[in-house]
Amino acid sequence: MNPEELLYAETHEWVHITEEGGAKTATVGISAFAVEQLTDLVYMELPEVGKQVAAGGEFGEVESVKAVSPLYSPVGGEIIAVNSDLADKLETLGEDPYEVGWIIKLRVTDDSSLAKLLDHPAYQKQCAEEG
Amino acid sequence: MRNPRATQLLFELSKSGRRASRLPASDVPEREVSTMLPAAAIADEAPPLSEVAEPDVVRHFTNLSTLNMSVDTHFYPLGSCTMKHNPKRNERLAGLPGIAHLHPYQPEESVQGLLQLLYDLQEFLAEISGLPAVSLQPAAGAHGELTALMMAAAYFNDLGEKRTKVLTPDSAHGTNPASARMAGFEAVTVKSNAEGLVDLDDLRPKLDDQVGVFMITNPSTLGIFDDQVAEIADLVRKQGGLIYLDGANMNAILGVARPGDFGADMMHFNPHKTFSGPHGGGGPGAGPICVTEKLGGYLPVPVVAKRDGKYSLDCDRSKTIGRVRSFFGNVGVLVRAYCYICTHGPDGLKRVSENAVLNANYLLSKVKHILPVPHGDRCMHEFVASASDVKKVKGISAMDIAKRLLDYGFHAPTVYFPLTVAESMMVEPTESESKEMLDAFAEVLFRVTDEPADLLHEAPHTTTISRPDEVQAARRPVMKWTPA
Repeated sequence: MNPEELLYAETHEWVHITEEGGAKTATVGISAFAVEQLTDLVYMELPEVGKQVAAGGEFGEVESVKAVSPLYSPVGGEIIAVNSDLADKLETLGEDPYEVGWIIKLRVTDDSSLAKLLDHPAYQKQCAEEG
Repeated sequence: MRNPRATQLLFELSKSGRRASRLPASDVPEREVSTMLPAAAIADEAPPLSEVAEPDVVRHFTNLSTLNMSVDTHFYPLGSCTMKHNPKRNERLAGLPGIAHLHPYQPEESVQGLLQLLYDLQEFLAEISGLPAVSLQPAAGAHGELTALMMAAAYFNDLGEKRTKVLTPDSAHGTNPASARMAGFEAVTVKSNAEGLVDLDDLRPKLDDQVGVFMITNPSTLGIFDDQVAEIADLVRKQGGLIYLDGANMNAILGVARPGDFGADMMHFNPHKTFSGPHGGGGPGAGPICVTEKLGGYLPVPVVAKRDGKYSLDCDRSKTIGRVRSFFGNVGVLVRAYCYICTHGPDGLKRVSENAVLNANYLLSKVKHILPVPHGDRCMHEFVASASDVKKVKGISAMDIAKRLLDYGFHAPTVYFPLTVAESMMVEPTESESKEMLDAFAEVLFRVTDEPADLLHEAPHTTTISRPDEVQAARRPVMKWTPA
């Protein structure tokens, strides 16, 4: 996935939406900036497939040597896939957070939050201010 | 002089048959264990305990004790922890036989002195907090939070109200949301605004009749007194909620401002911080709580009571949430807090806070030229600097600076907390330090940030162990020693 084509939440999750036959699917992960800020990751708690998540709702958490951070879903929907390999291979997030390092896929039921998400240049600007 | 031989594991120092003491021959007939116990109760083999002589043990632990930093050996500006000097007077008094040698099962009439001391401490804390009902039982600050939130849950239950949420600011100690969850509430985070205060625009929509408690740390972990606190208390009260004050930072406002006066319904103190009890290895902490009259009935038992000039442990309280700790709580640290409060008196405690705030502001005025302090030029008892700029320019992080400070004989500030400041370094000098010490610390901080990045990435260079592998320690901790 090309990071320049993704949408970003202020809380550093990225989302990629695909549409097929009117049904929208969202793939969600966390940005390279977020991984860098978290430093060394030690644990990730992932949700179960089938769980409903609200837009902006918490779907899991990631723990680094610094802190525990919640993961928020940029859109609302039902979780249809979880990248369960990640838990044992957290280094993947440092190497490729946008492709191999995806975290969940959702069947989108509420995409009203999309308008509030940031495009790549706007997100880059936010990171520059935070970093 | 370091002795690496002595700090090997005792298992590694073990030599078969070596003993610290030898018992005289038994004067009763010996019997085989197998003739007295069923076979199922006997292990297949003896446990592999280390076999060492007394000098081995003494050298081992004495040498280990010198590898650590403590307030008795180093300046320790660990923000949010209030690592002030532990006066030796407290130790002498807490060690008096009339206190140290008591047994918790002694009859009340034989421990009147200690009960009076604990009763007086309850009164002191009530006066300092402005909240009249006190329990000395909780064994730590977080335990005090949990106890108070359980009381709040019982209180709402009695009112017939179902309140499910506890609000905490994003700069709160992690224990606040954890305590909320433990007490059965959902923890909801409230954002801070650009000044580091509670963002009222974020608070208002989250405040409804489902909110049981708003937990606030004031002064906050950023070292700022949130002057909106009375307004926040009004907003919460309009919805029928309670205000909990995390008293971790009381060292900034003793005798100056009382939580009960600025809207708190419940709070805890950290006697091991604010009232100079030793931390960690020096003894357990305590987290006494103070609450308003209407919540007083829910306090855990026992409460120390005074009737007709006699002191007793009052367990006969109909609304109590029950016991949260055995016996009288962690009495040792409570005695030290009592000594500290008596030593200083009301005016002295006020001076403690004034000097803690003065020291922090003096150090802030020096550090801000080295590491920016995003939340302003004035602070309470601590401030949070950011290593963001040096990280961008030189590639050295808050962690690198923290590790390098150890080489210069300074304990590091708290790093990466609060999470609201990037590359944060939270510095709390306390009132115990002299101007010379603060100057020396600022000078070393200046020197460290000027050193080559590579040197810092590898720091510390002078400690026995440089950088433990924190990732492996978290993911695959090795919890027991096995022979090679």
